[in-house]
Amino acid sequence: MSAFTPGPDSSAKQIENVEGITVRLAGDSGDGMQLLGTQLTNTSALLGNDVATFPDFPAEIRAPRGTRAGVSGFQVQFAAEEIFTPGDVLDALVVMNPAALVTNIGDLRPGGLLIVNEDGFNDKEYKLAKVSGNPLDDPRIRERYRVTEVAMTRLTRDAVAELGLGMKEADRCKNFFAMGLVYWLFGRSLDPTLRFIAAKFGRKPDVALANEKALRAGWAYGETTEAFGTSYHVEPAQLKPGTYKNMMGNQALAWGLLAAAQRSHKELFYGTYPITPASDILHELSKYKNFGVRTFQAEDEIAAIGATVGAAFGGTMAVTASSGPGIALKAEAMGLGMMLELPMIVIDVQRGGPSTGLPTKTEQSDLLQVLYGRNGESPLPVLAPQSPADCFDIAQEAWEIAVESMVPVVILSDGYIANGSEPWKIPNVQDMKPIEIAHPTAAEDSDKPFLPYARDEKLARPWAIPGTEGLMHRVGGLEKEDGTGNVSYDPENHQHMVHTRQRKVDLIAERIPPQKVMGPPSGDILVVSWGGTYGACHTAVRRCQSQGMSVAHAHIRYLHPFPANLGELLSSYRTVLVPELNMGQLRMLLRSKYLVDCIGINKIKGKPFTVSELVEQISAHACHDHNCREEESQEDACEDGIMQSKAG
Amino acid sequence: MNLPVLKATDFASDQDVRWCPGCGDYSILAQMKKVLPELGVPREKTVFISGIGCSSRFPYYMNTYGMHSIHGRAPTFATGLKTTRPDLMVWVITGDGDALSIGGNHFIHVLRRNLDINIVLFNNRIYGLTKGQYSPTSSEGQVTKSSPMGAIDHPLNPLSMAIAAEATFVARSLDAHVKHLGDTLKRAAEHKGTSLVEVYQNCNVFNDGAMAYAQSRDLRPEHTIELEHGKPLIFGKDRDKGIRMVGNQLEIVKTADVPADDLLIHDEKSNDSTLHYMLSRMRYPEFPEPIGVFRAVQGVATYNDQINAQVTQAKQQKGEGSLQKLFESGDTWQVA
Ligand code: SF4
Repeated sequence: MSAFTPGPDSSAKQIENVEGITVRLAGDSGDGMQLLGTQLTNTSALLGNDVATFPDFPAEIRAPRGTRAGVSGFQVQFAAEEIFTPGDVLDALVVMNPAALVTNIGDLRPGGLLIVNEDGFNDKEYKLAKVSGNPLDDPRIRERYRVTEVAMTRLTRDAVAELGLGMKEADRCKNFFAMGLVYWLFGRSLDPTLRFIAAKFGRKPDVALANEKALRAGWAYGETTEAFGTSYHVEPAQLKPGTYKNMMGNQALAWGLLAAAQRSHKELFYGTYPITPASDILHELSKYKNFGVRTFQAEDEIAAIGATVGAAFGGTMAVTASSGPGIALKAEAMGLGMMLELPMIVIDVQRGGPSTGLPTKTEQSDLLQVLYGRNGESPLPVLAPQSPADCFDIAQEAWEIAVESMVPVVILSDGYIANGSEPWKIPNVQDMKPIEIAHPTAAEDSDKPFLPYARDEKLARPWAIPGTEGLMHRVGGLEKEDGTGNVSYDPENHQHMVHTRQRKVDLIAERIPPQKVMGPPSGDILVVSWGGTYGACHTAVRRCQSQGMSVAHAHIRYLHPFPANLGELLSSYRTVLVPELNMGQLRMLLRSKYLVDCIGINKIKGKPFTVSELVEQISAHACHDHNCREEESQEDACEDGIMQSKAG
Repeated sequence: MNLPVLKATDFASDQDVRWCPGCGDYSILAQMKKVLPELGVPREKTVFISGIGCSSRFPYYMNTYGMHSIHGRAPTFATGLKTTRPDLMVWVITGDGDALSIGGNHFIHVLRRNLDINIVLFNNRIYGLTKGQYSPTSSEGQVTKSSPMGAIDHPLNPLSMAIAAEATFVARSLDAHVKHLGDTLKRAAEHKGTSLVEVYQNCNVFNDGAMAYAQSRDLRPEHTIELEHGKPLIFGKDRDKGIRMVGNQLEIVKTADVPADDLLIHDEKSNDSTLHYMLSRMRYPEFPEPIGVFRAVQGVATYNDQINAQVTQAKQQKGEGSLQKLFESGDTWQVA
């Protein structure tokens, strides 16, 4: 193709260098905003920026067009430095219709860029969005923001006119026009998206060509029209050397499972039932049958985990995944898996609860469910990834723990991590250590009966699998005698077994790394977080540190058992703050286990924390402590604290 | 290779059997132990998976691999095991409460998928382990602990349900008719695809004699009809009665009154399940209840074969998966 392909910095206009940009693309569910966002993210990642994303879409597949409920948004931050969140406030907002404008404008920073598809603004749309007239007529909007109206629909129609497409087909390209404009504005290359168009619409050449024309027209519009005077340039970020790829959380989980299977020379069985936001793991894994992956789309959540337990009994690496409501249905079989002492992984991609709750929104409210939502004493290890790319590592770690201790391991992801993306450094497969698994073979001394519940130093039992001569045994949910595994109603044995199963999980604490902190090892405030809030908490704590506050951050990866040094750590700070997207579930655990008075920062809106709201909360406590410190320092009692605060 | 010749006792585990004395379960256990050595599958390649209920204690008594799982869910565990370990012979042991009430969903789905396993459904028309509540197969009006004024549920017919779910092997037998039971279990084991055998099993404690019309040696000839492939449907102590189709209805006729070719010929191999379904609707006392194999359709792909064929096909088409290649696929960028 000889056509000019604009790339970064190829604009003839003024270019302004910025550290990072946060932009949100918002429109109707049918406007292709998720596609636009994904493309912008990939393109930015390929330019070497660090990226973090936050897709936000309605639970309905086709919510009524033009309504507020139907608004779909995609937020991405790309930056020249390492970033951990998709950004709090928007530098730029692109809206395709009035509903998108009114539902998103509140997040645009004063002075921010508001780009409007003016063709999406008419009386019909005002009515659908339930606004009395054009919201842009409100003078405050033009005072506060830099507003640019672009006739995206008409310009797209003009751009593709020569192709003779129907009006509907032509209009469907307008997200590519918007994309082209956004690419111009932020100095992005069109190449990755052109490649995407060729791959995706290759079989429909006219559609491919129309999208390409719309994309180029959008770029050209930015370059030629006087509406835009300046474009922006974001330098590549200084990430660790290596080859990178933009990764979404669910994809990283799937790939981590593949890696764990190969490292342990196992084939992967994935039993599941479709549920938001976990289904993408199934979609992803079902593509990799040539890796020996067998995906089973079960008739329900219970069948999904039942099959998983069955596959584990047969000696396969078995995994099931769901979200909160599905995990509730799996509870009984999770208990059986624990009782059978078989290795497997149970993934909970949390979403807003309770009940059906907020399927497409994020929350951290299943922690207590996975820990305690089963009958009887039913301890299971629980791990939580901190970011999309971390899902790759945690899947493998979960499998290592599962096979070492012969126990189902729970991974607590969430919707924010699952659908968010960030750069992932591609590992060298040759450097990955094998995961050793030994299945016992027929005992030479066949006079001695095989003991399916004999235990090693980790209290794990042997993983003897059907097909092995001489090791025939029966497992089941009834309490069993230690060693023989025979059904036992003996009171002493029951107490012994309950303790043994708990002790087996507790022993894992001796093998996981101790809890690390970012910041001073003791002092005023410790922020304790887990799961998907890592990015916001980390960024907030760093900001507070740079403002001179004595604050440290401990992000807990191992929620059961806790790292061995956690209790000591908590008592090294005057105040322990626990931000969570729930009513205080980790806080409750910490208080009950360590008798440390933790203070919760709790948000249950289906949305992640913003950095600024955390900074505000941390500051409020630091402030309080500061007063107290001043009082105390009059008594010369708090020199340490002040010193640390300066050092921080 | 010469396989050691096993005896029925080789299949007995060291655990004491704990069913009530006189329970029909004993007979099924005995027939299973008798049939297994005839199949030539080694003990370590045999797995029994059960749900919850009296019948579900079965795996503990077999010297094979076994799993006593969760109420109603045995087919799900079997699905995971059989799809990943197609080399194993997998049996599911279940009951009327286990398979038809709490596990109704899995029962339908395992049948329609045609997973290559054998399901033995012990139907005693009562909840035994929980001491005598009515079950989904209890008769209407039956007085039990939980239905002092009579059960108001319409009973479920497991074979009708199985045939509607496109099961490829459907059979019925009786705990008291040991030879028939053994033969039927054997045929179930030999079928490729899901085999369902409903066994009328007497719970002598909570529902004694509920199916005596069929189980009692004296009553059986008048109240049951033995299905044989390619043979006319004839029953009665004197084999003087038969079944024929009039319009779209079955009716009982005296064999002497009709020409021989008027009688319905049993075709277990027919893909069309309409007649199999009609046979499953024949209920006492209006009709003799058929026992034997209702349906045995060959050549339907099994779920385990298909899931594994896709893996093989994918490996052939794309080559054995390479993680490094996968990781480096699509858009990547370098940081120096
Ligand atoms: S309760 Fe009934 S079914 Fe259960 S073991 Fe006793 S006789 Fe058999």
